[in-house]
Amino acid sequence: MMKTIVSTELPIDEQFRIRKNVIQNGRNDGLRFCVVTGTHGDELEGQMVCYELAHIVSERISSLDGTLEIYPALNPLGIDTIQRGIPNFDLDMNRIFPGDPQGTMAEQTAHAIIEDIKGADMVIDIHSSNLYLRETPQVRINVQDSKWLVPFAERLGMDFVWVHGAATVLEATLAHSLNATGTPCLVVEMGVGQRINHKMCRRLVEGILHLMQTMGMWKESPKDRLPQPLVCEGDRVTFLNAETSGVFLTELKCGINVSRGQTIGQIVDPLRGRVLSTVSSPVDGYLFTIRAYPIVYEGSLMARIFNTEEA
Amino acid sequence: MTSPCRDNFRVKGYRFGEGEKTLAIVGAMRGDEVQQQYICSQLVNRLTMLEQRGGIAEGKSILIIPSCNPFSMNVNRRFWAMDNTDINRMFPGYDQGETTQRIASAVFSALNGFEYGIQLASYYVPGDFIPHVRMLQTGYEDVETARLFGMKYVTTYQPRPFDTTLLNYNWQLWSTKAFSVYAGQTDRIDLNTSGETIDAIFRMMTRTGIINYGSLGAAYESICIDEASLQHIKARHAGIFYRLVDAGSRVASGESLAHIIDPYNGQILSDIKATAEGTVFFAHHRPVVFQNALLFMIHVI
Repeated sequence: MMKTIVSTELPIDEQFRIRKNVIQNGRNDGLRFCVVTGTHGDELEGQMVCYELAHIVSERISSLDGTLEIYPALNPLGIDTIQRGIPNFDLDMNRIFPGDPQGTMAEQTAHAIIEDIKGADMVIDIHSSNLYLRETPQVRINVQDSKWLVPFAERLGMDFVWVHGAATVLEATLAHSLNATGTPCLVVEMGVGQRINHKMCRRLVEGILHLMQTMGMWKESPKDRLPQPLVCEGDRVTFLNAETSGVFLTELKCGINVSRGQTIGQIVDPLRGRVLSTVSSPVDGYLFTIRAYPIVYEGSLMARIFNTEEA
Repeated sequence: MTSPCRDNFRVKGYRFGEGEKTLAIVGAMRGDEVQQQYICSQLVNRLTMLEQRGGIAEGKSILIIPSCNPFSMNVNRRFWAMDNTDINRMFPGYDQGETTQRIASAVFSALNGFEYGIQLASYYVPGDFIPHVRMLQTGYEDVETARLFGMKYVTTYQPRPFDTTLLNYNWQLWSTKAFSVYAGQTDRIDLNTSGETIDAIFRMMTRTGIINYGSLGAAYESICIDEASLQHIKARHAGIFYRLVDAGSRVASGESLAHIIDPYNGQILSDIKATAEGTVFFAHHRPVVFQNALLFMIHVI
């Protein structure tokens, strides 16, 4: 059943709508599981995950015991205009939660989204990096919520769980705002902006169904054994930022182990045919982020490595 | 900073006077803040002449950075062109971080330690304002000094999580008396409001003993308000927005402020009226509006 949670007029003969698909079977008072995505309009992996989930669960509805709610597009105008943010609005949508019913249209929308989702028994907020970085399938959890949420994250079948530090500015994310109300929300990052990696999406679909199964909402077991993720806690992520501006060239993909001193890539000068900087791993670890967009300025993030030396 | 295929990125500052770090002024942080850049250029011009006449107080120094982001203005983009990040949401910056974090860090290290700081700011919602001085309520805001600008309004507001990375929030936490000065416009130069703002900054510099300047011009006795007290008027319908009053207008209860017009048949969908007597503090300025968009903020008398 389709439901509209936000409906507002646009200037010229168009309705702005945020919709969800509510799929229910079994107990009316059963658990409620939400899958949300499309906060950033350039992140598209969640579109395929939503499609696959809606398709599979609708086809095998008898296996569902509870309610699955799918929100494919929290920022429909961003998706339509290939923009990360909301058109004509300065702030990142994932920095204005829990919103404000008296604020701008974006803040009112954020408020309506929170009001609709809160109270769910589980929320999966799917992101897919941006145009610049490629991410291995991972769950990100604020350190304040780690004890509560890591056990859920370990059942999603992702490669990596990153428990990151708290920051005031991150208190305005959808996930933080939901977690603060007692609604568990896991943030998934994978792939790269503006593209869809089918294999990663199918893995996440399997992971979501597995999590639903362990919560007693899905009666089928996964076909294959799901991998156990590496869990990174305690400030053990090394960031590699560009020392100089140029063109970053790499042969590596993310999701691999690297050793101390191993070359990650090079920053080159196409005009003079020179290598400006060789980027090496300063630690033994697990490379879970690698730059996808090759033009870099000083400071541009090129890679993130989970430091396993002290493990 | 070098660039892959453009000229080097430079942030230039102008120093006046010698001695303690007294006042820092920052202009365009975003690529469309042309009014802010223009005002700074005029300040540099006038302070250069004033310094030649010995008008900077002894032991005081002033730093002006007209633009922190010339790259974006040159290509007509509001934010950092490579990744669309906002330098003014990266403070206090991080010198080992991402590009705009590094720019913010370098700028902040130049700005830190001044007694007073002025940022010529723009708002995240499109529209026109009464020129005013704005401060975050951090416990370090200095309303009394803000009054010395002699602008019509001094406002304060409660910071939200996304405000904690602004220059002025961090300036305040590092003990600078920081003021955001809103000069009415952003992406076009308005000689009236820019002239008022330049006069206000000169007035503040004179009244705090930073400069010796004869003519202060006519000043207002500032009204100080918490922004939470402003009345918000929103659009009941979407459509073409036809504004009847400007920022700064005094309006009576029941007076029409704007019409929202059906974009196909020209019928008036909504006659936006003031519900109380007051002054228009903010007015939306795009020709079309969404339903529920913020149209006006009114200071009710």
